[in-house]
Formats: sequence, C-alpha cells, structure tokens
Amino acid sequence: MSGSNKIQRRAFVSDLLGKRDGTLVIPGLGSPTWDCFAAGDSPEYLYSWGGMGLSVPTALGLALAQPNKRILALTGDGEMMMGIGSLGVVADQAPGNLAILVLDNEHFGETGRQTGLSSNQADLCKIAEGFGIKQTMAVTEHGAVGELADFLFKAPGPVFATAKIALSDDPWMLPVKDGVAIAQRFRTALGVDET
Amino acid sequence: MTTPYDWSSDVFSEIKKRNIETVCTVPDGGLTQLLNMVKDDTDTRLVTLSTEEESMGIVTGHWLGGKRSMVAMQSSGVGNCINALGYPAVMRAPCLMIVTMRGQWGEFNPWQVQMGRSTETVLEAIGVKCFPVDKPEEVGETFAGAAGLAFNGGFSAAVLISQRIIGAKGFGKE
Ligand SMILES: Cc1ncc(C[n+]2csc(CCOP(=O)(O)OP(=O)(O)O)c2C)c(N)n1
Repeated sequence: MSGSNKIQRRAFVSDLLGKRDGTLVIPGLGSPTWDCFAAGDSPEYLYSWGGMGLSVPTALGLALAQPNKRILALTGDGEMMMGIGSLGVVADQAPGNLAILVLDNEHFGETGRQTGLSSNQADLCKIAEGFGIKQTMAVTEHGAVGELADFLFKAPGPVFATAKIALSDDPWMLPVKDGVAIAQRFRTALGVDET
Repeated sequence: MTTPYDWSSDVFSEIKKRNIETVCTVPDGGLTQLLNMVKDDTDTRLVTLSTEEESMGIVTGHWLGGKRSMVAMQSSGVGNCINALGYPAVMRAPCLMIVTMRGQWGEFNPWQVQMGRSTETVLEAIGVKCFPVDKPEEVGETFAGAAGLAFNGGFSAAVLISQRIIGAKGFGKE
C-alpha cells in the first residue's frame, strides 16, 4: 500500500539523474516530466505533456535507432499500465541499451490521486518478468539510489525497475510545452538533423 | 487465372530506396507478403506490436534518433491509434502508415465494417493525410508519394490499400 511508501520522488529522481552520465531520458506525461525538469533542465529529457502509454515505446524506438546511447524510460504506474503490452515488445526486441523505471505511487497522482492498479493487486516487476524482461529490481528506500543507478545506467538491458514512491504534494514544475521545440532541441543535443 | 499484380514488391523496394529501417506491425492477411519481405531482409527490422498505437511512440523515438521507420496495419488498428496519432504530430515527427482496408469491397465479416468505413474520416480528422489506392499497379507510387510527404515535411501520412486490391476473405463461402 502506498500509505507505507517512503521514497520522496523529487529528491529521488534528482539524485538518480545526477548519476545518469549521458543517458537520454524519456519521461512519461505529467509528474515524471515535472520531476525531470525540477531536477534541472536538460535537452536530453524529452518532456511529455501527452501521449499516455507511449513513454516505453518511444524509448524503445530511440534505443533501436541509437544503439550506442543509453536510454531510460522514466514513467508513472498509470502511464505504464496503459502501455503495458509494450513490455512484451521490449522483451522481443531486447535492446541492450534500454532501461525502464516506473515511479510507482500506486495512484493516478496527476489527475487527483485516484487509486491505481498497482495499489493492491498488480506487481509490475512480475509483469515485466512474465513478458520476458529478465532483469528487474524493486526499490523501496531512497538509500538504494546508487544501486538502482548502476542497474539502470550500466547493466545489460533491457532492464526494468520500480521505485515505491510516496504520494506527495510537490510544487508544479512546468517545462516548455511546444512539442516541436522539445523534439528539436533533443535531436540537436544528439547531433541528429535529418529524418 | 492471371497472377495478381505484386504490389508488395513495389512497396518493399521503396522501403529500401528510402532507408526505412524499421517496420512496426500488428499483421493483417493482406500484408503477409510485404511483412515476409521485411522479415527476410537482414537490414530491415520487423517490430511486432501488442497494439497498434505503440507504433506512434516507436516511430517518434526512431526519428528522434535519426532513423526512418513506418507502420503497417489493418484498418481496424487505426481505431486503436487515434489519441496516439497526436503524439508524432505535436513534435512534427514523420509517421508513415500503410493500412490494408477491411469492411468495404465484398466484406464477409460485418464486425469489420464500422471501423472500415470510418478509417479515412477519423484519420483525416486527427490530421493524417490519406492516400487511398484501389489499383495494385498504383500502390508503389502512392506509397512513394506518401513517404515523401511524411519524411520531407514531418507529417503523418497513410496509404489506404483498398480491399478491392487485397480481396475479401471468404471463410470458404461465396
Ligand atoms: C489517454 C489518456 N487518458 C487519461 C489521461 C489523464 N491523465 C493524465 S496523467 C494521468 C495518470 C498519471 O498517473 P501515473 O502515470 O501513475 O503518474 P503519477 O501522476 O501518479 O505520478 C492520467 C490518467 C490522459 N492524459 N490521457
């Protein structure tokens, strides 16, 4: 139950991204996007204001196109559930450079804290394993951030992790909204200029 | 009986010519030959999806990484994609689709008809340029035109291949 979740998302994401070492980040819409921006703006974050369910597919597409870059899909439990089948696609394609972290507060935080499917029943790591993603890690303490960073940024992928985060009241941290601007600066940072 | 015109080879040669390196799909019977060509080509990647809207993320991510990809699906799959189609569009990522139509020419299965007859309307409504084609010899050039619009302009474009080209699945009945 999330009532017992201890990890504070903003500090946790900030500490984690501090260790990312060039990893490109595809945050899910809403809260994970605000967390990334709060940790310090970077052109290597593809901020998202929509497309619920597409964080993992986008990270997969990027991982296949850029095999020499590390890619992290950083999303929420609600967003992950909407695109849950994409874990099967990840397992099937098996990109060694792809990591997925679900910030699991067991609720739809962004829309008013309605209870989510991972609150009582669904275990996301077991689901990922069932799809064939062999390396998984469930984190419940802030202190595990170093170990989690090694797993997400260095271990042979695809890897999947959850962090049980608390429901918290964090101030809005809203990055740029213009999708063309977000995508273009991401591509420029990557050194890509053609389709 | 004359052999049916091989439009799949025309599309596949355009895929190669245009450096499209990844094709995402939930299959349809009418796509079998094309998908087999993709699967058998070591330089082109076939990505099997669990649901079609995943492809809007995959093609966007692929484009962000500087590579070209596309989607191949049945018209029913278009219905699964509507919200997701806003995603490449808002970033102006190219989204090229080839859609085999069901629910129109001689359809046997009434469960395909609602989505089949809405396919072009809903695609246009969400901002996808549609290129319907009903002659097999014209599929290749139509695909080339759609690909040019998508990759050169950063648009979403769909080639709608008429059921007249593919033939209706008869389930053993006339
Ligand atoms: C297709 C679609 N359905 C619903 C919404 C509304 N919505 C926005 S964010 C969100 C849930 C986010 O929950 P989660 O991913 O768990 O993130 P949290 O805010 O809890 O960290 C929802 C349902 C949406 N944007 N798109």
